[in-house]
Amino acid sequence: MDALMNFGQGIFGGVWPAVWTLIKIVLIVAPLMLGVAYLTYFERKVIGYMQQRIGPNRVGPWGLIQPIADGLKLLLKEIIVPSGSSKAVFIIAPMLAIAPALAAWAVIPFTDSLVLANIDASLLYILAITSMGVYGIILSGWASNSKYAFLGAMRSAAQMVSYEIAMGFALITVLMVAGSLNLVEIVNGQSRGQFADMGLGFLSWNWLPLLPMFLVYLISGTAELNRAPFDIAEGESEIVAGFHVEYSGMAFALFFLAEYANMILIAALTSILFLGGWLSPVGFLPDGILWMFAKMSFVLLLFLWFRATFPRYRYDLLMRLGWKVFLPLCFFWVIIVGVWMITPLNIWN
Amino acid sequence: MDFQTAVFFFLSAILIFAALRVITARNPVYAALHLMLAFFTTGGLWLMLQAEFLAIALIVVYVGAVMVLFLFVVMMLDINMDRIREGFWNYLPLGAVLGLLMVLEMGLVLGSKYFQVPISEAVVPSGVSNTKEIGALLVTDYVFPFELAAVILLVGMIAAVVLTFRGVKKSKISNPNQQVFVKAKDRMRVLQMPVEKD
Repeated sequence: MDALMNFGQGIFGGVWPAVWTLIKIVLIVAPLMLGVAYLTYFERKVIGYMQQRIGPNRVGPWGLIQPIADGLKLLLKEIIVPSGSSKAVFIIAPMLAIAPALAAWAVIPFTDSLVLANIDASLLYILAITSMGVYGIILSGWASNSKYAFLGAMRSAAQMVSYEIAMGFALITVLMVAGSLNLVEIVNGQSRGQFADMGLGFLSWNWLPLLPMFLVYLISGTAELNRAPFDIAEGESEIVAGFHVEYSGMAFALFFLAEYANMILIAALTSILFLGGWLSPVGFLPDGILWMFAKMSFVLLLFLWFRATFPRYRYDLLMRLGWKVFLPLCFFWVIIVGVWMITPLNIWN
Repeated sequence: MDFQTAVFFFLSAILIFAALRVITARNPVYAALHLMLAFFTTGGLWLMLQAEFLAIALIVVYVGAVMVLFLFVVMMLDINMDRIREGFWNYLPLGAVLGLLMVLEMGLVLGSKYFQVPISEAVVPSGVSNTKEIGALLVTDYVFPFELAAVILLVGMIAAVVLTFRGVKKSKISNPNQQVFVKAKDRMRVLQMPVEKD
């Protein structure tokens, strides 16, 4: 590692730190994009088997080349800009969708040392960056000059703003018990506790003491992602495909990439905040990045499972769940955790 | 010119351009988008002042929530810009006077000695998290204004609910008796309107 640093210093001189950061960004984004491609394959296979179909199996062995073929097809297609659309915004909207989905990865720790930017306020940064993802959807809906796209955008704006609040409150309880906004600190905080000392680390993770918030976070996360059963923004049986109905080719692919990159992001965040990140569930196995990937895969599988299982939620029920069920529950639980923490029963010290 | 100064001028240039576009853009959606850009660059400037909590809070609150609702409303408005621009020259003198007054006030406040912080004192020592500092101040020295602000917000929220509340709908069960006796003209209205041509 030192040899590599010295070699880079020798070639690039003063700009080497910038170049090294760029290399690290590529090392995060390239596997992420590959992960996105194979998540789509995984989704089609898993849902296929759940519905007693086979799924893609024609391109390459077991259909493994299928995502590459899909990507190539989208690259070669023409991007049609609808007449009467607002051209500049129509082009910018997909970029606004994918940029926050990638930028948020800057502060995600994979192990306690493997993180691009270990900043103090990383949880706040995540909250700020992911809250901007909604612009891609709203603007694409408005710029398309299409009724269906506009309806999809309106639905999605209302939905994402509503569920962001519940999600924020779930994060507040986590940072209350961790006493830090730093994601590495939050994971390290979960390695301490009575059960962790007994070698049963997985019972010390946040999911157990904060179980209601874990469920709220997982469900709000699904709603934030516009994933089934909360995919009313797409609602293909009502409004064709919602906000991206007018998009084709690579512009459509960017929305697709953003949705799946966000899925992996929420899976990573759920693992870090509630499932102990890279910590090993039992004392006799070492901690490591593989645990992180295993937990992320589990949460991703949950998202696919939801999609295969639940029918689409009705719009008024969705709003009711966000505002009348989750929000009071969150308020209540913040108070409970606050009181819990000042009593002698406090387990987070 | 060191790197920080260059970043400052870069962000300031974007901020001024975006702010100008907010008031000159013909399309209100573009104006709202430039306002969003202005908030975002202001967040960047605050980050340079080592106020990371305020910078991120600005982006979470204004860019992430307020502007979304703003865009939501602006997109659904059908604004005739020509009618709004009528009488621009009549209002200009009054607007210019008000604008000058505001610039004067701001100059007086920012130029006063309470706003002058020597550069040596303005540097935050490493290891101090301003999120924790702000939190500690809010619940100790400023707890009364903080609670007061919370009560005012609560009053505003209740007022909004009262203004739009239309009564509780107790049950969603449909009444077959009413359904049988319903007539077409109770449910449907046929409107005559001219054909829209673009």
